[in-house]
Amino acid sequence: MHFHSLFQNFGELTVTGLAQGAIYALFALGYTMVYGVLRLINFAHSEVFMVGTFAAVLTWGLFGLDQDSATPSVGAVLLLLLAGFLAAALAAGIMALIVEMVAYRPLRRRNAPPLVFLITAIGASTVISEAVGIGTHRNVSSVPPLIRPSTVVQIGNTSVTNIQILIVGLALVMMVVLDLFIGKTRLGRGVRAVAQDPDSAALMGVNKNRVISLVFLTGGLMAGIAAVMYLLKIGGTRYDAGFHLGIKAFTAAVLGGIGNLRGALLGGLALGLAENYGSGLFGTQWRDVVAFVLLVVILLFRPTGILGESMGRARA
Amino acid sequence: MRRGPVRVAGGLILAAALAAAAAGCNSASSTDSSGTSDKCGLKIAFFGALTGSAANLGVNIEQGAELAIIKYNEEHADCKVEVAKFDSQGTPDNAPALARQLVTDDKVIGVVGPAFSGESVAANPIFEEAGIPLITPSATRPSLSTEKWKVFHRAVANDDAQGPAAALYIKDGLKSQKVFIVDDQTAYGAGLADTVKATLGSLVVGTDKVQADGQQTDFSATVTKIVSSGAESLFYGGYYQNAGLIRKQLTAAGWTGTMVSGDGVKDPGFLTSAGKEAAEGSVMTCPCAPATEAKGSFAADYKAQWNIDPGTYSDVAYDAAGIFLKGIDEGNTTPEKMNEFLGEVTFEGIANTYSFTETGELDPSKLIVWTFKVSSGDIVPDVKAPTS
Amino acid sequence: MIDQKTAMPRRTWRNRNGNGSPFRGRWARLPRSARWASLLGVALLAYLLPYVGSIPGIGPQIVTEGIDWPSALFNISYFVLLALGLNVVVGYAGLLDLGYVGFFAVGAYSVALFTSPDSILNTGWSWLAAVPVAIALTLVSGVILGWPTLRLRGDYLAIVTLGFAEIIRNTANGAEFMRGDRGFGGIPHPPGSLGDNSPIFGVRDATPYYWLGLTIIVVVIIGVRNLEHSRVGRSWLAIREDQEAAEMMGVRTVKYKLWAFAIGAAIGGFGGVMFAGEQGFLNSATFQLLFSILVLAGVVMGGSGNIPGAILGGALVSYVPDRLRGVEIAGTDAFQFRMLIFGFMIIVVMVFRPQGLLPSRRRAAELADRAKEATA
Repeated sequence: MHFHSLFQNFGELTVTGLAQGAIYALFALGYTMVYGVLRLINFAHSEVFMVGTFAAVLTWGLFGLDQDSATPSVGAVLLLLLAGFLAAALAAGIMALIVEMVAYRPLRRRNAPPLVFLITAIGASTVISEAVGIGTHRNVSSVPPLIRPSTVVQIGNTSVTNIQILIVGLALVMMVVLDLFIGKTRLGRGVRAVAQDPDSAALMGVNKNRVISLVFLTGGLMAGIAAVMYLLKIGGTRYDAGFHLGIKAFTAAVLGGIGNLRGALLGGLALGLAENYGSGLFGTQWRDVVAFVLLVVILLFRPTGILGESMGRARA
Repeated sequence: MRRGPVRVAGGLILAAALAAAAAGCNSASSTDSSGTSDKCGLKIAFFGALTGSAANLGVNIEQGAELAIIKYNEEHADCKVEVAKFDSQGTPDNAPALARQLVTDDKVIGVVGPAFSGESVAANPIFEEAGIPLITPSATRPSLSTEKWKVFHRAVANDDAQGPAAALYIKDGLKSQKVFIVDDQTAYGAGLADTVKATLGSLVVGTDKVQADGQQTDFSATVTKIVSSGAESLFYGGYYQNAGLIRKQLTAAGWTGTMVSGDGVKDPGFLTSAGKEAAEGSVMTCPCAPATEAKGSFAADYKAQWNIDPGTYSDVAYDAAGIFLKGIDEGNTTPEKMNEFLGEVTFEGIANTYSFTETGELDPSKLIVWTFKVSSGDIVPDVKAPTS
Repeated sequence: MIDQKTAMPRRTWRNRNGNGSPFRGRWARLPRSARWASLLGVALLAYLLPYVGSIPGIGPQIVTEGIDWPSALFNISYFVLLALGLNVVVGYAGLLDLGYVGFFAVGAYSVALFTSPDSILNTGWSWLAAVPVAIALTLVSGVILGWPTLRLRGDYLAIVTLGFAEIIRNTANGAEFMRGDRGFGGIPHPPGSLGDNSPIFGVRDATPYYWLGLTIIVVVIIGVRNLEHSRVGRSWLAIREDQEAAEMMGVRTVKYKLWAFAIGAAIGGFGGVMFAGEQGFLNSATFQLLFSILVLAGVVMGGSGNIPGAILGGALVSYVPDRLRGVEIAGTDAFQFRMLIFGFMIIVVMVFRPQGLLPSRRRAAELADRAKEATA
């Protein structure tokens, strides 16, 4: 064990862990919302995220930028970032809707048991990632250096870069917006109603299918935003980028309490931090082991996650 | 409502349809090529990854070997040699089944491959029992030659030569006083990193291990450790995709040291993954010579045939196939005779002159290791490195 | 085997639902000897599969082209074994296990650790000596995983099992004594030799390994079938349908869930033991998460909770990708599209037959009921 390494780099590991955790959190929203409403693990959500990353890469490519381009001017960067976020969010949102309509809706019509949904989702996930994998020859698609990382705040030997601030800040803003949307708007009330009791909600005039589409769309949009944050942090993507990250994001959702929006945030950040501290203490090869041991231990003491399941309850 | 028979029948029909769909597109490729001479219609097999995430490295090798066979067939239009491809995807679990398929084809006279070390360990016992000689142009794990396989031949230097060369380059070429070592836990990456670490000794200020390509993309903890260790150079044992991402994330974190790695990173994919700007100045060692060093018109021919520049080990694979073709020309038309031939041959190839020791290693005086460098956005040859 | 007491209620249940299958009815009415004879015939045909290629016409359509046919059959055999094991956990007890490959890994690694010359244990046992130890270890690992996680409800259990499989894989990768990607070489093959002193289980011909796998499958089927119709099987069913109700009726849910886990794990362990014995080499690259997911897809696609369904599903999951190897589609090897084709296959099967290709009677009836509810 490398206590020295952990203490020496504690600040830095915290900052980078929070940034990674913010990505997990936004990614996890899709899992948590779908689970909250449908009680189903949307296994294909990882590919929704992956499609988002490629949408952004392609959009920047349309502007003539690749990994070897020079950093554009500030105005251009803002425009490009906006275009990237929009493209990724849209593509991911549409992808999520397609998955819902092709893979889930026919099953819902037959009232199939949850396990069948899971397997169909696995099929959909395989199809999407393999199609992209064959198309890209399974190579890394790299992104242009839109933002030069520069230190904005320096505390001791810990530096916080502009990218890290952007990622964590944006994730928090999106979480607040979504929280308000679910908690305060009419549409959000519909979502909560269906989550609580689908049949009564239908009797009260809530259109269940519309709510479900809305939930998939929102989850997709958030995954798209997470996708661009991921690109800024990692620097590239690949056909299987969603798979491993998706498992972590799902873990984060369960850790915080699946079906619970704030739980996703808490779970994501906790997981990001735990992974980084674990990497510092034991070595990076034990990163995933630390993450999953944390999950098991938390679930042993709190079987429904840190905050519990609650989307349908009074508070979102 | 008698849905029962429909249900059972429906299930069986659907299953049968699926199986038929899989079988339906049966390519009627009967391999009935009983030529007049037993020299004709023989096959040289390629065994390695043609699809999957390691495909780039495998395709380089396959195209090199196939080029040699295409050129041979142009000269021997009446008596051709075929190429048989076996796509292992680079994983050992597919290897035994593929190797068994290979040895059932009695036209196969020799194997170029297996391309990687892991699949070699799984497949070579089958080649050994069937007596099919093999020349690997790229599997560099040292222990492969100590398994007492009579059919095993290696046309490149192993990691015991490449590792020290990389370490010496770091120590003498870069004059680094602080070196950080990272590997991706693959047999290749970890093996190479361990040799480098052993040679560098006290210059190593820290180590870390990451996951293999495709399993991890966020290297922030590793980057943090490298930066805070004050290392001037990093040795990375692994393959090009992760190497590129690590280099990119290191540059983003403001680290300006040099990244040194082995032949697994010497691929244009590294430049794509890292971006040329971040990749600039990175160093790779390789137990291979630059394609430009290859004799004759190899580089031009390769480009003309495959519409791409030759990659790592394309030239060695070309020579490996060339050795088998020379054997066929000299009348060694059975695997047994071919294996004896390999034991005695001295072959003047385009990349090297080959002769094999008792254990199947390349003659120690013939080992070559080169270092390559990313310069102006291209991987260019740097120096021919000493190996000890 | 099937005593009258358990057979009777099922018949009345089926009649009440008006969902009886004439085929199954006829099957059940056949004299016991005839049923046994036809099952024996099926088993015999299965043993003859390695030679199916010599049947003119249909034979060459069945055998794999790009991969050795007996090896492909061996692959099918351990996939079927895993599907049977997972069927106990998921199909019978209704416990969603996403990390089943973990038990396969425990079985295979136990053999490697006790037999391989590369192992630090340096025991150098024979394959046969390592088998009981390996199975015992997988049983124990099933209990170790089951014990703390049984408190968890369905989907939480899924993610925890997935986590356990990842922990096992990462440990195999990262821990020094597990040798990671370098792996264990020289794992001995199963024992036995022919008249001329050549080993039965050689390296060139995979047929004996397939027969071994098939034999283990037959034993497992008999065992699992007996369990299914015993008190244990009925308890699993009760737990799957409604855990609270089962508990109230006096079913000791914890005990029977543990049983399911342990038995499922042991069957998975058998798969690993066979795999290690055939390959002779083992490293951490085999135990990817995708592997578990494939087996689970096979079980559900074939028909969760039904032995023939699990067999069919497990076989398809292994056979279809292997069969696509070496087949040309539009000038390129179809092998690189195998997962794409496979993914489509899963979607098509699940959307059109959510009950699976060969569903269990009970399951099909339930699904029909649910579908009716949905349209009502």
